[in-house]
Amino acid sequence: MLHIIVRRIFILIPMLVLLSMISFIIIQLPPGDYLSSYVMRLESQGLVVDEAEIQRLEQRYGLGQPLTTQYFRWMRNFIVNGDLGRSFGSYGSSYDNKPVSDIIMERLPATMIISIVSTIVVWAIAIPIGIYSATHQYSLMDYLSIFIGFIGLAIPNFLFAIIIMWIVFAQTGHAVTGLFSLEFRHAPWSFAKVIDMLKNVWVPVLVLATAGTAGLIRVMRANLLDELNKQYVVTARAKGLSERRLLWKYPVRIAFNPIFSTIGWLLPAMVGGEALVSIILNLQTIGPVLLTAVLRQDMYLAGSIIMILSTLTLIGTLISDIALVWLDPRIRYD
Amino acid sequence: MELREEMASLAPELPTTESGKDSIEYLSRGKLIQRRFWRHRLARLGLPVLLLLYLMAILADFIAPYPADQRLKGFKDAPPSTVHFGVGENRFQPYVYARKRSFHPKTFREVYTEEEDQKFPIHFFVRGEPYEILGLFKLDLHLFGVDEKANVTLFGTDSVSRDLFSRTVIAARVSLFVGLGGVAISFVLGCLIGGISGYLGGIIDEITQRIIDLLIAIPTLPLWMVLSAAIPREWPVAHTYFAITIVLSIVGWTGLARVVRGKLLSLRDLDFVVASRLAGGSDLYIITRHLLPNFASHLIVTLTLAIPGMILGETALSFIGIGMQEPGVSWGVLLQDTMNFGALVHQPWKLIPGVFIIVTILMFNFVGDGLRDAADPYSL
Repeated sequence: MLHIIVRRIFILIPMLVLLSMISFIIIQLPPGDYLSSYVMRLESQGLVVDEAEIQRLEQRYGLGQPLTTQYFRWMRNFIVNGDLGRSFGSYGSSYDNKPVSDIIMERLPATMIISIVSTIVVWAIAIPIGIYSATHQYSLMDYLSIFIGFIGLAIPNFLFAIIIMWIVFAQTGHAVTGLFSLEFRHAPWSFAKVIDMLKNVWVPVLVLATAGTAGLIRVMRANLLDELNKQYVVTARAKGLSERRLLWKYPVRIAFNPIFSTIGWLLPAMVGGEALVSIILNLQTIGPVLLTAVLRQDMYLAGSIIMILSTLTLIGTLISDIALVWLDPRIRYD
Repeated sequence: MELREEMASLAPELPTTESGKDSIEYLSRGKLIQRRFWRHRLARLGLPVLLLLYLMAILADFIAPYPADQRLKGFKDAPPSTVHFGVGENRFQPYVYARKRSFHPKTFREVYTEEEDQKFPIHFFVRGEPYEILGLFKLDLHLFGVDEKANVTLFGTDSVSRDLFSRTVIAARVSLFVGLGGVAISFVLGCLIGGISGYLGGIIDEITQRIIDLLIAIPTLPLWMVLSAAIPREWPVAHTYFAITIVLSIVGWTGLARVVRGKLLSLRDLDFVVASRLAGGSDLYIITRHLLPNFASHLIVTLTLAIPGMILGETALSFIGIGMQEPGVSWGVLLQDTMNFGALVHQPWKLIPGVFIIVTILMFNFVGDGLRDAADPYSL
């Protein structure tokens, strides 16, 4: 067991290096770079950009050098100083020239709150319903949970967010935007601020959790149904094991397998999933910054966020693989 | 407890309710699968609806009264036309009134009023704007239409006066087929690579798994965005569309490959596989004949979940403006109009393309669920 973990960690290192390269290169895939589209935007507004200004910007952003030089400089600064570079200001002027790590730290709390609350809600709802649906196949509750789950799965997140905002706005005239009401937006943390957050956080949580719940109910139900039809269940039942013990001892545990094998992707997937919702609901999370940075080729900002998310996913995959071996003794990596 | 009762209640039923020839012992696997599928009520609803939607997509130009890019001058943000029935003798003849535009005195929003003295009957199978079928035939026949002096906009119009019904119908072509194409590519790649990886094991497995880990580790939406942003803007609509299908499946196959490989790992050393190998079965034969059928149900769930995922992916990309580009239309492109939710309060009909997305995804899931139950027809 131990040598598997050690070996996987050794493999992880070259993969992380590879990931940092991919994160850096894919930002450069679209034609042009930040500077050229920036200059083009200025020119389309009728402004004249002189050569010296372009040179100055090039100098400041470290552009104009070959890609490999840029990459190594970025990596060296990161490893030696923990410096991920600075934003080009793609996401509003307040982020212009701001260190990437500061931007991420600023936006991490809201991202974590939404992700964690949504995940807890998803698990708390989906797992019991999934187990119930599988053991009561084709019952009224089964159909009902399938139907509600399906609807949650069928509405695109961003559309769901728009619809909720529209309904709330049409009913109350109140526009749900952001995690906090205006008076709390810049206030320090306090009890009142937490209460205020709870008033607003339900919208993104509802949107994100609905999709997740629907998917998880399906997976849980399908896995458990597969298990319940197996011989060992029949044998155990024939030997007179109580239904409850029969269900929890093995089938449920095995049905968890595929869920565990994706547990490591929860946070990174959330950041990808919440991005569009956050743009519409105007939330101060990482998602919207990432999307704008990718679109505008704000390369250190976008590259760093993608690298961090991918790294988290890789480590998560490793953890869930180990959890899987521990959970299901039939799986062996040798 | 319930399960035991259910099994007990089902078992004696079989010989009595069916004549001898139809009972489970005599039916072929294919027949059993069919029977199981149709027993699933939601799937029974889902399949015909999906077929209708795809039929609508194929006949889009015929069903749509106007071309996707035609502007109905002076009808910006017009609400859906009210269809009335009964002209002269014929009580079922549908008609619309001509509409007149004015502006609200305070908000300056467009207000449309029906002119009750001007009836325009809706005719069926009328000549209209010409279109091409599969690039082969030129036709100008449309399912329905009204005289040019009036217009019929069943779903209202958008912010530049185009008929939303026509656009929704025509957009179905892109939105519906992007999922099929993407999943077809992912399916082949996923099964092949996952199968080889799980079956052969060893160093090949190790390398494949690490590549998949890498691909999965990169967050999906940004990866799609970067790849679609790399599609040249000046490409024709058809090329962009094809490129987006490929972009979607680049991420899609990895999940499937992981599922296939995980199942193979737990199956490959079972007795019947070893027996087949000893009897001289080739690797490909064993994978396709013994291993794949053994976890078909899981494969099918993953696959049917993947089609809607891709349709949603295309929708999201087009919604933020880097998927399909005007003049191309997809449901995501149409939903761009809903970004301004303040205007939605006054123009709720702009959400109608969203209803089509929801219905499509819903039906795919119904069918997928029915298939899941059907793939395992010997279980009770």
